[in-house]
Amino acid sequence: MGFSEILSQYDSLDMATYLAAVTPADVERVLAKHSLTPLDYLTLLSPAAEGMLEAMAQKANGISMRHFGKTIQLFTPLYLANFCTNQCVYCGFNTANRIPRSQLSADEVRKEGEAIAATGLKHLLILTGDAPSKSTVEYIGDCAKILGEYFPSVSIEVYALTQDEYAYLETCGVDGLTLFQETYNKTLYKELHPKGPKRNYDFRLDAPERGCQAGFRSVTIGALLGLEAVWQRDAFFTGLHAGYLQDNYPGTSIAISPPRMRPHVGSYEPASIVTDRNLVQYVLALRIFLHNVGITVSTRESASLRDNMMPLGVTKMSAGVTTAVGGHTAEDNGTAQFDISDPRSVEEMCRAIESKGFQPVFKDWQPF
Amino acid sequence: MEANNNDALVIGGVSLTSRLFTGTGKYGSDTIIPDVCEASGSQVITVALRRVDTNAATGNVMQHIPEHMQLLPNTSGARNADEAVRIARLARAAGCGDWIKIEVISDNKYLLPDGYETAKATEILAKEGFVVLPYVNADLYVARDLVNAGAAAVMPLGAPIGSNRGLMTKEMVRILIDEIALPIIVDAGIGAPSQACEAMEMGAAACLVNTAIAASGDPVAMGRAFGEAVRAGRAAYLAQTATVSTGTADASSPLTGFLGGM
Repeated sequence: MGFSEILSQYDSLDMATYLAAVTPADVERVLAKHSLTPLDYLTLLSPAAEGMLEAMAQKANGISMRHFGKTIQLFTPLYLANFCTNQCVYCGFNTANRIPRSQLSADEVRKEGEAIAATGLKHLLILTGDAPSKSTVEYIGDCAKILGEYFPSVSIEVYALTQDEYAYLETCGVDGLTLFQETYNKTLYKELHPKGPKRNYDFRLDAPERGCQAGFRSVTIGALLGLEAVWQRDAFFTGLHAGYLQDNYPGTSIAISPPRMRPHVGSYEPASIVTDRNLVQYVLALRIFLHNVGITVSTRESASLRDNMMPLGVTKMSAGVTTAVGGHTAEDNGTAQFDISDPRSVEEMCRAIESKGFQPVFKDWQPF
Repeated sequence: MEANNNDALVIGGVSLTSRLFTGTGKYGSDTIIPDVCEASGSQVITVALRRVDTNAATGNVMQHIPEHMQLLPNTSGARNADEAVRIARLARAAGCGDWIKIEVISDNKYLLPDGYETAKATEILAKEGFVVLPYVNADLYVARDLVNAGAAAVMPLGAPIGSNRGLMTKEMVRILIDEIALPIIVDAGIGAPSQACEAMEMGAAACLVNTAIAASGDPVAMGRAFGEAVRAGRAAYLAQTATVSTGTADASSPLTGFLGGM
């Protein structure tokens, strides 16, 4: 059974009605449990649970301390290219947007890698736009080989690939995959992705599973909060997707990133506003539902929110971020994919993490 | 001071007067590690090789481990025997010594160790001269395999790692203590000093405690508490606890009373 079949089991679930019917007593019952069912998890995403965030936070904090301790792993993204063949209506790289396009050469990749490595970071996430003819699998693999000289862990966030392509990149030293479904609402997905290869919902939905099958050590998934009118829908299905991958690929470390819509080049307006309280509730519910998944909060979020979320279940944070191609070395940083909210340097992030009583972890993998 | 100065635990030719092993993970800052080591009296400390950055000028956990500690690098991150063996060799090449704690975990949900792969890695590494301390489920068959594979000790879990649930595998650990000639070191799951004390009273050779110390409100004080608990438990074991009263009065008419007058 693939994840799409699990998704289809909830076709008849009237989520808005379910969420509205949850009472504080229901939430208390769920918080008293050790193992949660999917509907228990949905209960923790309800409006009733929003009024019980402190109780959820206490439970999530206890789970996080036992499984991860007071540590936050640091990483940073490196944008290799911003060529794109898609028209995702919410993205600055949308092929219809008239922005300067570029792709790093091998020398430029090395320079960017050296600049990032000089900050002490050891975990790197490399990204491209969705343009297979420009940012080919071979190009991504070649970049990974170069960057592997500087970083013990190199992950990818690129367009959805086949299992064979993922396996090839694994031989190039790539050990992790991040891939956002954007929304699990198939109808909405088609509306948001009017043109380009990314329009294939099912191919993207199954890509994280192909990454697991290809042998990646870590796979991170997520939905872009704000695309769905009822934000809990995508939060719920993201949690189920992560649980499905964890159950079926126990050798792969599964993580979730819960990004919210950010300003970008273009005029798309989110379907819903996901508040800070909503985001915190989502992360708490995830931690209580899935004790061992990694949770990433990116620089899309503000510095103060990120700082305050450290004890709530977050395990990874990005630092020293630029979302522009060549942004780590070029004087003109070019056009960013989206605006970031937390521009702190690696050093500043370390100080912030330490001030919260946490330890910034630079290296958490040893290739062999 | 130990309960008995002659009561050293000898592993791999190293004589240890403390039977508390500690860890380096989950602390809010590595700078606290020396204080925890001192307060607890621990002489053995485990460190995940995947967290060791030999190239880092600062921020390297190794810089905070006191010189006198016996280093026990572990193979955290290994999903099978082959990966564990390669990590062990990397650890030795990185100057971490010959001791190695084998952790082979291919289930990221429960983090339970794979006994079969652990035994395979143990056999290979023991032949290469490593002092191998494998982390396993409390399973007699696996423990016997580890004896045959050349392990220096067996490290059964008390409860799932990071759970702080205590000595949930008590009866199985007791069987290992009774049946296995190697030191039995209870690893994982211990959440309170009283639980470590209980394991030691049973006859465990040592306890490894990380989360319960690192995630406590005061790791230094908790380290001290665990050190004292392990010493107390060991002293009780050596003193041979008295038999347990049934709580009932002696029968006034015992069944063998008829023999009394003979």
